[in-house]
Parts: sequence; C-alpha cells; structure tokens
Amino acid sequence: MKNIFSTRAGIIAVGAVIGVGAALLQYFGNPPNMGICVACFERDIAGALGLHRADVVQYLRPEIMGFVLGAFVAALIAGEYKPRGGSSPLIRFFLGIFAMIGALVFLGCPWRTLLRLAGGDGNAILGIAGLIVGIFIGVLLLKNGYNLGRSHAQRKAGGWIFPVLMIGLFLLLVFQVSFAPGGPIFFSAKGPGSQHAPILISLIAGLIIGGIAQRSRFCTMGAFRDVILIKDFHLISGVAMLLVTAFVTNMILGQFKPGFEGQPVAHTQHIWNFLGMALSGLAFVLAGGCPGRQLFLSGEGDMDAAIFATGMIVGAGIAHNFAMASSPKGIGAFGPAAVIVGFLFCLVIGLTQRDKISA
Amino acid sequence: MSAKKIDARGLSCPQPVVLTDRAIAEGNTEIEVLVDNEVSCENVQRISHKRGFKTQVRHEGYDIVITATKS
Repeated sequence: MKNIFSTRAGIIAVGAVIGVGAALLQYFGNPPNMGICVACFERDIAGALGLHRADVVQYLRPEIMGFVLGAFVAALIAGEYKPRGGSSPLIRFFLGIFAMIGALVFLGCPWRTLLRLAGGDGNAILGIAGLIVGIFIGVLLLKNGYNLGRSHAQRKAGGWIFPVLMIGLFLLLVFQVSFAPGGPIFFSAKGPGSQHAPILISLIAGLIIGGIAQRSRFCTMGAFRDVILIKDFHLISGVAMLLVTAFVTNMILGQFKPGFEGQPVAHTQHIWNFLGMALSGLAFVLAGGCPGRQLFLSGEGDMDAAIFATGMIVGAGIAHNFAMASSPKGIGAFGPAAVIVGFLFCLVIGLTQRDKISA
Repeated sequence: MSAKKIDARGLSCPQPVVLTDRAIAEGNTEIEVLVDNEVSCENVQRISHKRGFKTQVRHEGYDIVITATKS
C-alpha cells in the first residue's frame, strides 16, 4: 500500500496539523511560543527528574511521551518497526548533549524556532539563520564523506526500551510520585514549567503528531538539508506549512505579538541566538535528524536515535547545572564557552568520522 | 551493461540518497540500491525520480532492493 503521508500533499498536511496543534496547545496552557518544543520539553523532563534544579523548568511533558509512543504504534501498524542500532552510539550521545546545549543557548529547538517566529518573536530570525548555517556546515561535511557507519538489526526487545521508558515517565506524571519530601519528581510552581495544557490533551496531541510524523518522516533539519544538499523541496514544504498555519492560528487566537524585546522565554543577544542554533543545526545533521525526528525514530526501533535523545536529556541537565543555559535575562556565564567546545567537538567528529563505505 | 550496485543498508539519513545521487552523477544508467528500511526506500526512489530514473522495488527478507533505470 502506498504511504499517502510521504507524498507532497501528505507532508504538507502533517505540517499543517503540527502548526495548528502547537498553537492550540499554547492556547490550552503550554508556555508562550512553546506549544511544542522538543528541546524545552526534554529539558523540563530532565528537571522533573532532578537532573537539574532550575525550578522554573520542571515538568514531565506528555507531548514527548506521545511522540515516541505515537511513532511506535504507527510503525508497528505499518510493519516498519525494526529494532536497529550500533552506529557510533557514544558519538551520538555526545552529539545529543551538544545539540541540547546549543538549543538552550538560543532557547528552543527548530520546532520552537518556527513557533517563535509564528508568534512574532524577531529573535527567532537569528535562530533560523543560525540553523541554516549550521546545517550548511554539516552538508559540507556530508559531501566530504562524513558518516557514522552502519547500524545493524537488533533483537526485538531492544527497541522497546525507549517506548517503555516513556510509559514509565507517563505513569510518574499521572500518579505524581514523590521519591522524597519536596521531590523528585519536581514540578515547577512558577515559570514555563508550571504552564501546561491538561495532561490528556498533551498526550493525545503528542500521540497524533508522533503517528503522522513517523508516517510522513517530518524533519525540520532534513528540510533545510535536502534543499542545500540535493535541491529537494519535499520536507521543507511541510516545515513551511507548519510556520504558516501556526502564524494564522496565532493571529486568530490573539497569540501573535511582534517584536524583539520582552518576548516570552527568549533573549535578545543576537550573536548567541545565532551561534547556539548553528551548533544545534550542525549536531542534528551529524546525527541525521532534528530532535523531533530522533524521537519518532526512537519509536520505530532506532536505538541510535534513542541514544541521541537520551544525550539531549542529559545535556539539559548539564546545561542548567553548569550555567550554560540562557534565560530571558540573557545567556548563561558559561554558554559561550560551551558553544565553542560544542563546535570543536562537532568539527572533529565531522572531519574524522569518514571511513569510506564501500558501496 | 551491468547495474551499479550500492549497499546502503544500515546507513542513516541521508547517506543512501547521497550514494545514489553520486552514482547517478557518475553516469550510471542502471543502479541497484540495497536498503533495510522503508524511509530509505522512499528517499532513494524520490531522488531517482527527480533525476529522471524509473524505479522498481522488491523486498528480499529484511532488505529492500530498488532498481533505478534511466528512462
């Protein structure tokens, strides 16, 4: 049977669902210009688990769990669930860490970059520019022969680990388990972490998006990469649709507020908005997918993608514990150093991991 | 002329596409690409069609074979 979601019309429809869905999630209670943000939400999960103690960004976000589980179910139904792994897992783990550090210097993943723009946040323009430049550098490395080697088929149960972990996190949320007085689990009383849509709405939205994104292969990084690498406009048509529909929905709901100053969960240090996202974009290319895509791949059994996603969650803990993450006041004291180290790591990996694959 | 064979199994996105596109750029008119997942299969077909190739797909156990021929 032909996969209608992977046609041009399919990817555009999926972009529209995500764009409208994200704006609606904000309307139902998620933080401003953060209806969906894979990086922010993984960071909130890291906080809820106590991997960092930034008390304004701690919540077990059901959207993330829905993404993985929705993709898992969709892949099972379509017969695409294939446990696989073993392609440079440690490198992917660190790529995840640095992707997260870059995203937290900017304050958002590519999805939120688009949603910030759709909400009128001019600082997102710097983020998108950075993302494109980071992806461009990654494409040069790809053309130079960069690859992380082959993955191999794994036994069935290996691919269940990440979906089962997500079920476990969801149960911790539903039962509000407390492991010690005061937590963990930590739940923000104020700040973005305290702002969330009702659990069931978040979960259902996550499941739907996870399912259709798995079928359509929606990827914000791949969108720009394919335009640069092979002049292919398939994925970017979905990404453009996300931007347009989120913008229109924001206008209708009164959520569009143009400007640079005082934007929600954002800062105006243009250079670091640009460089943070450039680092993320580069790390996403080297790992083969944007943070959302990595979650959908995790759901369909890709254990390498699950390692990357785990790296992002750990990276969020590192970014906040070591003053690398930005806040609305501006960048963290060690943000610039972390971005430089991240670029060095990505360039060394990008230039050294190029063993010739005999085709 | 025998088909140019590419083994893209286990390679992550976008390697299967890059290898296929390279083979096309080298002037091969018949290319056989071996992949192990539907996503790569779709992507290899998309680039082949874009470059004016016709494709045929057959499943061989865990693997998928895409034969692209210049039309």
